[in-house]
Amino acid sequence: MIRLDGVAVELGGTTVLESVSTTVETGQFLALVGPNGAGKTTLLRTCNGVLTPDEGAVRVDGEAVASRSARALGRTVATVPQETTLAFDFDVRDVVAMGRTPHRSRFATADDADREAVEAALERTETARFADRPVGELSGGQRQRVLLARALAQSTPVLLLDEPTASLDIDHRVRTLSLARELTADGRTIVAAVHDLELAARFCDEMALLADGRLLATGPPGEVVTADRLESAFGVRTAVATNPVTGTPTATPLPERSSADRRVHVVGGGRRAARVIGRLAGTGATVTAGVLPAGDIAATTADAVAGELVTAPPFEAIPPDRRAAAADLVEAADATVLTAPVDGANATLARRSRRLLALENTDPPPAATVVSESELPAALSAEPSRRSTTAPR
Amino acid sequence: MVFRRTLAWSAGLSGLLVGVSLVSATLGYADIGPLAVARVVLDAVAVPTVGAGGLGWVSPFDLEVSRTTATIVGGLRLPRIALGAVVGFALALAGTVMQGFFRNPMADPSIIGVSTGAAVGAVAFIALPVSVPFGLPAFAFAGALLAAFGVYLIATEGGRTPVATLLLAGVAVQAFLGAVISYLLLHAGDGLETAIYWLMGHLQNSTWGRVRVALPVVAVFFVILLAYTRELNVLLLGEEDAHTLGVEVERTKHVLLAASSVVTAAAVAVSGVIGFVGLIVPHVMRLIVGPDHRILLPTSALAGAVFLVATDTVARMGPAEMPVGIVTAALGAPFFLYLLRRREVHAL
Repeated sequence: MIRLDGVAVELGGTTVLESVSTTVETGQFLALVGPNGAGKTTLLRTCNGVLTPDEGAVRVDGEAVASRSARALGRTVATVPQETTLAFDFDVRDVVAMGRTPHRSRFATADDADREAVEAALERTETARFADRPVGELSGGQRQRVLLARALAQSTPVLLLDEPTASLDIDHRVRTLSLARELTADGRTIVAAVHDLELAARFCDEMALLADGRLLATGPPGEVVTADRLESAFGVRTAVATNPVTGTPTATPLPERSSADRRVHVVGGGRRAARVIGRLAGTGATVTAGVLPAGDIAATTADAVAGELVTAPPFEAIPPDRRAAAADLVEAADATVLTAPVDGANATLARRSRRLLALENTDPPPAATVVSESELPAALSAEPSRRSTTAPR
Repeated sequence: MVFRRTLAWSAGLSGLLVGVSLVSATLGYADIGPLAVARVVLDAVAVPTVGAGGLGWVSPFDLEVSRTTATIVGGLRLPRIALGAVVGFALALAGTVMQGFFRNPMADPSIIGVSTGAAVGAVAFIALPVSVPFGLPAFAFAGALLAAFGVYLIATEGGRTPVATLLLAGVAVQAFLGAVISYLLLHAGDGLETAIYWLMGHLQNSTWGRVRVALPVVAVFFVILLAYTRELNVLLLGEEDAHTLGVEVERTKHVLLAASSVVTAAAVAVSGVIGFVGLIVPHVMRLIVGPDHRILLPTSALAGAVFLVATDTVARMGPAEMPVGIVTAALGAPFFLYLLRRREVHAL
C-alpha cells in the first residue's frame, strides 16, 4: 500500500507538487494522468525515494520512503524510467540482471533465485528473444521493454512505471499494460504515468488526474475522465464518450473555438449526421443540431461537441416546444445542413434557414445547394459569415 | 560465469606479466640470459625455516649466482620492472574507474587534478631548498590528494557531488595548478632538469623501497574497488536508476573517487606523470572483455601492468634512455586515434 500525505516538492525554486494526498491499496493499479509538466514524473520520483518531499511524506507499507536505505527501497519499489542512458554496451540479460542488485550481497555471485527471476522477467516481457544482444542495438520500444524486465527482475511488491508505453507500438502498448494488470493479480501495487487516457482508463483500477502539481481528481476512470475535468486539467475541450469496444471512457480533444466562428445547424440523424457534426466542430464552427431522437448516435456526438442540441423522444410526434426551440437554432445559424431525407417538422425547419446546404441523396428541397460530405467545410466557409458582413439593423 | 571468465582472463594476463617481466629482465646493456635471470629469482626465494638461530628465512635453492649478475638483475632491473608493473596496474585501474564513474571516454586517472597536484608537490620539492627522506614521493603524494580533495570540495554542494560539476572543477583546478607548476619551474634553477624529467614520467630511480611503499597502497585500494564493481556497472545506467536499484549513490561515488585518487597518487608519487596508460588500456580491454566491470577492472589493471613493463623496457633500451612517459604517449596516442577512426570507442 502506498500512502501520500500532503506531499509537496520544490525543484529549483518552483513548486512542482503541492499537497498531494492519496492512497493506493495493495494490488491496485493507479494510472497517473495529466498534461506535460503536471508533476507525474516528480510524483513517481517521490515514491521511489529519488526525491525527498519538502512537505508531507510518502509511505510504502507504513514506512516512510525518505527514511529507508536505497537497498531496502530497491527491494520494495521498482521503477521503469522513461528512458535510460546506457553508457557502455551491456547485453540485455546483463541489464535485466542488474535488477537483482538490491537482493545480492557484495561478493555473492548470482544464485538460482537470481537466475530464475531474470529468465522469468525476460519471458514475461518478451525480451528473451534478444537477451544476448547489446542494448545499444535495440530500438527505443525494445529498450523500454528491457527496462520493464529489469524492474520485474527486482521482484518488488510495488512497481512504478513512467510512461511505459511512450515508444511502443499499439500491440505492445496493450501487452505492456495488460501485463501490468496481470501483475496486480499477484498482489503487486502499480502506479503508472500514462499519457494515453483511453489506454489508462482501460487497464487501471483508479485514476489520478494531476495538473499544475495538484491532484484534481482521483477515482475510477469513469468518474475522472469527464469533459469538465479534462478541460480544467489540459485546457482543451474534449468530447468524452464510451468506447463501444472496451466500454471504458474515451476522450477526443477538440480544436479551440475562434471568436469569429460561424454557426451551423445540422438537421437529420444517424451516423452520417454524427460524422458531419464531428467534422464541423473540428473546423471551429459552433454546431447546433436538432430535432434529433434522444439516444440517436448523432445526438450522442452532438451532446459531446455541439453548442446546443434539441432532442425529442423517438417514435413520437415532435412536441411543439421542441420544434420552436429547433427553429430558433436554425434562424440563428449562418447555414443549415441537411444530412438525411427529412419530412414533417424537420422539413419545415429546413425552409426557415438562411442558407440551406444538403448532402447527396437527401432528396433536398429546390433551394438547397447540394455538396458532398468532404466539400462541406469549404462550402460553408465560402460564404462570409453573416455577423461579419451585415450592417447593424 | 562472469567469475570464471574473470579468473581465466586474470590468470592469462598474470602469466603474460610474468613472461614479459622475465624477458624484460634479460634485456639491457649487460648480457644476461634467461637462465641467469631465473637463477637470480629462484635464489632470492626464501621460505621460513626453523634453524639453529630460531625462525629464519632460508633459501631452499643453493645456486651459483655471480654478485654482478645478482646486483644488475636483483638490484636494478627487477625493482624497476616491479615498480613499472605496480604503476601500470594502478594507472589502468584508476582509469577504468574514472571512465565508468564519469561515463566519459576521455576520462583518465588525472581527470580530477590528482596528477597535476602531484606535479605541484614534486616540482615544489625540487625547487625549494628542503631535504626530507622520501621527500619527493611524499610531497607528490600529498599534492595529489590535496588537489583531488580540493576539487571534490569545490564540486560538492549539500552532500551531492554532480559528476558534471566535478569534471569542470577538475579541468579548472588543473589549469590553475598548471600555472603554479610553470611558475615554480621558472624558479627551479638547478633543479629544472630533474623537474622536467619527473614531469615526463619515468621509472629510472626505481628501488625495492619504492615498490614496498606503493604496492601495499595499490593492493588495498584495488580490493576495495573490486568490491564496488557491481555498483560501477549499475552507475552506468545513470545515478537515478542506480538509486532505484538499491545503490547508495553518493556514498558509492565518494568511495570510488577516494580510492581511485589514492591509487593514482601512489603511482604518480613514485614515477611522475606517466600519461595514456590509464586512458588507453581500459579502452582496449573494454573492446576485448566487454563493459562489465567485474571482469574489466582486474583485467584492465593487469593489462596496464603488462603495458607499462613492456613500454619501459623499450624506454630503457634506446641509445639514450628516455622517460617512459614519452613512449606510452608516442605509442598510445596513435593507437587511440586508430580506435577512434574505427569507431570502436565512440559509444561509451
